[in-house]
Amino acid sequence: MLKLDNIVTHYGNIQALKGISIDVKQGEIVTIIGANGAGKTTTLKTICGLVAPTSGKIYFQGEDITHKTTSDIVESGIALVPEGRRVFPRMTVLENLQLGAYLNKDKAQVKQDLEKVFDLFPILKDRIKQIAGTLSGGEQQMLAIGRALMARPKLLLLDEPSMGLAPKIVANIFDIIMEINRAGTTILLVEQNARMALAIAHKGFVIETGKIVLQDSAVNLLNNEEVKKAYLGD
Amino acid sequence: MNYFFQILTVIMINSILAVSLNLITGYTGQLSLGHATFMSLGAYAATLLTLKLGFPFLASLILGAVVAAFFGFIIGVPTLRLKGDYLAIATLGFGEITKNILLNLEITGGPMGLRGIPKVTNIYIATITLFLVIFSLNRIMNSRVGKSFIAIREDELAAEAMGINTTKYKILAFTIGAFYAGLAGGLYAFLFRYINPKDFGFMKSIEILCMVVLGGMGNTYGAVLGAFIITILPELLRVVSPVIAQYRMVLYGLLLVVMMIVRPQGIISGSSILDKIKPKKLLEKGGQ
Repeated sequence: MLKLDNIVTHYGNIQALKGISIDVKQGEIVTIIGANGAGKTTTLKTICGLVAPTSGKIYFQGEDITHKTTSDIVESGIALVPEGRRVFPRMTVLENLQLGAYLNKDKAQVKQDLEKVFDLFPILKDRIKQIAGTLSGGEQQMLAIGRALMARPKLLLLDEPSMGLAPKIVANIFDIIMEINRAGTTILLVEQNARMALAIAHKGFVIETGKIVLQDSAVNLLNNEEVKKAYLGD
Repeated sequence: MNYFFQILTVIMINSILAVSLNLITGYTGQLSLGHATFMSLGAYAATLLTLKLGFPFLASLILGAVVAAFFGFIIGVPTLRLKGDYLAIATLGFGEITKNILLNLEITGGPMGLRGIPKVTNIYIATITLFLVIFSLNRIMNSRVGKSFIAIREDELAAEAMGINTTKYKILAFTIGAFYAGLAGGLYAFLFRYINPKDFGFMKSIEILCMVVLGGMGNTYGAVLGAFIITILPELLRVVSPVIAQYRMVLYGLLLVVMMIVRPQGIISGSSILDKIKPKKLLEKGGQ
């Protein structure tokens, strides 16, 4: 469904990605794990066109999206939940969700999607008129995910959804990610919390200083000695 | 009475300037330090159209604004890729360049400026223009376009990730803001009957920014209130003491410092009223 072929991305003179190749199949949860600064966020930003790659190709559903605009990429079915949630702080929960459906001009469908998001996150319905910046961290993360779902993605990119959240809330969020996946959305999850990510994923990639150093099924990675030592703290 | 109406007319013109800068800085979150430049482009274009080509007032006024909008677009394309401080510096530079061109061109009268402009602007024309500006601006802000502007201010990266073409909408905000500022410039020229590049310098840009910050970023009526206060203040000071009136720029600076400490969101801010009411209401409804 998604295929990155030898992607190289620079920030100015700094080479952030040094030839990343990954593939994500329809219906999967795929995770990219790695330390701070390894290039996880850059990979996601490159996929959705927020950063332009220097070389390499990105294919989504067989189509080359390497140099498309973010707007076109979102329209083709990829939505990003950015790192650190990035909700629109002075807008209400409802306005945030409506902006998620920015490219969808079918009002009835937007209304339907809104109900679906509220089914998934009932707390957001209680807080519908609340200013997003006053929500708790966990609620903001739910809002950020809900907002991305409003774009009706076929592929959902999640950037560190566990960041800064209490373990109990992280577990809750990860349950919901699995639920979203079961409902038919393919998921590419970037995480520092490798244990949680590998627990729900089908397949994993380990990224180190801009390169994929290991790729395997999630189960195998969980039992890999190197991964255990470096990322699972065993 | 004449003096009184003159002041009121200037308040209307300054309100148009403040409201239009508020669109760029308050709603879209792009700090511009060259707003008076667009005013000067509108003023010079409208004046030249009338003086050299004999265009009627209304046509000159609107075409002047179109010229300002055109330059807003031209300047916006390269500069709006810049963020924050860099954009502010670029707009500042553009303002200085424009001022120097106006000072050196023959057709603009150089440092002598342009004189002999017919007096057309009066309180009615200025008020109607301000009303039309606010009306059209409200229409824009309640549309998809307006929501895009605010989303860009709130979080540019997130806005882009939603599929909003942020560069396009920033340029659009800049162009519309420049159009309105051009209108204000035209009104100004046909009120004072004489224009000079120094009328539209950096200090004028700062004065407009003061109005927006004082009244409340991201609130059209706050901008009008700010324009009212900043315009009337030197007049009142002049009554008290002409010496103090000369130091009004010092006073603006002081006012801004005090505002930033006491009430950074301005007198009427976009969401201040909401902030106060909402959490309490939710508590009563049995929220957390």
